[in-house]
Amino acid sequence: MRVKRSVGKRVTFIVGLILAFAYIFPFFLVFVNSLKLKPEVLANPLALPSHITWDNFSQALTKMNFFRSLTNSIIITVLSVSMLIIFSSMLAYYLARTKNKLSKYIFLILVTSMIVPFQALMIPFMARFAQFVSWNNRGALIFFYIGFGTALSTFLYHGFISNIPTEIDEAASIDGASDMVAFWRIIFPMMRPITATVAIINALWIWNDFLLPRLVLTNETQTLPLSTYLFYGQYTVEYGQVMAGLVLAVIPIVIFYLILQKQFISGISQGAVK
Amino acid sequence: MASARATKRFMKLAFTPMAIFTVVLVVPFATGFYYTFTDWDGFESTKLVGFDNYIKSFKDPTFWSTLRFTTLFVVVSLVIVNLVAFGLALIVTSSLRSKNILRTFFFVPNLIGGVVLGVIWQFIFNSAIVALANKYNWEIFKQSWLQDTNKAFWALIIVTVWQSSGYMMIIYITGLISIEQDVLEASQIDGASPLRTLLTIKIPLMAQAFTIALFLTLRGGFMAYDVNVALTGGGPFRTTELISLHIFQDAFANGNFGTGQSKAVVMFLIVALAALVQVSISKRYEVQR
Repeated sequence: MRVKRSVGKRVTFIVGLILAFAYIFPFFLVFVNSLKLKPEVLANPLALPSHITWDNFSQALTKMNFFRSLTNSIIITVLSVSMLIIFSSMLAYYLARTKNKLSKYIFLILVTSMIVPFQALMIPFMARFAQFVSWNNRGALIFFYIGFGTALSTFLYHGFISNIPTEIDEAASIDGASDMVAFWRIIFPMMRPITATVAIINALWIWNDFLLPRLVLTNETQTLPLSTYLFYGQYTVEYGQVMAGLVLAVIPIVIFYLILQKQFISGISQGAVK
Repeated sequence: MASARATKRFMKLAFTPMAIFTVVLVVPFATGFYYTFTDWDGFESTKLVGFDNYIKSFKDPTFWSTLRFTTLFVVVSLVIVNLVAFGLALIVTSSLRSKNILRTFFFVPNLIGGVVLGVIWQFIFNSAIVALANKYNWEIFKQSWLQDTNKAFWALIIVTVWQSSGYMMIIYITGLISIEQDVLEASQIDGASPLRTLLTIKIPLMAQAFTIALFLTLRGGFMAYDVNVALTGGGPFRTTELISLHIFQDAFANGNFGTGQSKAVVMFLIVALAALVQVSISKRYEVQR
């Protein structure tokens, strides 16, 4: 029995190892080739570089406007996520604590809306918002993210607030606190775990989103996925440089993940199961 | 008096997000639906045309081939993603000491957007594999997989599985961990084999995780756009266009706003119907605890 189990464990380990290797291999391939000159990439993509060149990286940095796109991505993600947290937590508080017909309908509409694919909206969407977009496309994009993100975020907060006893609100209001004060001083700080979940789920989505920025943003305001895609399209044959660009595009989010690994995993499992 | 207070509460807490939600989601949805029954050209509509846009859409043979291609893609990716993800979850919840680092490796592709992943794999399929195939004489890889519709389909599946299995793995891990330890011990004492325990105890007790993961992969499959654009770009000859890209091309590249939007409405109906059927079937298997 014991022998059998340890064999099983070894098999699991080997299968796991092979799979882990397969999952990580594409990144390894990209990294190795980002350090090579073009002829060497074509001669043998699997070989280690015979001599390491960092020139590809400096080329990619300027050609894809790396720091500008990175800044744009950060601005758009941080602003959208913080506004989503503020607005959807308040909305959820209202929906969870107000028991009337209106709040019931609002909740129902929000839940139903989660099934609507963006593609079903994008055409009238672009026609309707063309002027808003040309006036301030980053602002417009953030506004759109708040609209599209509200349903899921509110839903997550709603589940959490429903488990906070109403006595806490009542005590606050007896002490003379207004709704806003009670919410921001007492309820909101209690919701830190779900706020982390909401932040991570929305940040991953907005950071990596491509279709909406592609429709809305211009050259000066493009985000990282957009500039990576355009850079690749323009310099496809400059293999080394393109690989360096991909490495640059991947690094920020991987660092972010390694720092917040625990929150990521618990965020996704909470976000999905609720 | 009470209603005045309720109104005030609504204005303070709910008005702004609901206004944005309405402007961004509800209004375009409603007007988009209305436009499909008019001669809308992206700027203005002058008259109602009934079902003309829908009829035109369904007469378009590329729309049918896109629908076929998308359905096949959704079904195949749904099955493989979930099988792989469940397998990964079993590995990562076993008693291995290296399980945390394995989990990280499986999850990493998921952090990165579909466009970057698609571009990485375009390099692999178009350049890396072809270079190796010519060097070592591997027949099936000598021509890039992305040049052939059938092989490009599998390329899309490979990248999708690689990308989304890590996410679904997390959902299955959550399900597996939520099973009470004493139930598992009881089955072990009764002499159930690990396979038997898996099939008759673990899977039924974590059916909710399957409901969620299947729903997410179904929806994700229908909405897939990024990987499609970056990996195949719909080629060769628009034969690997999934529905999202097809609508995008129809409206923004060819300027057919009326049919583009009708196709989008059709897509919405398909997604809603498929999701409804899937969730109601999956729900039946969930055990009440």
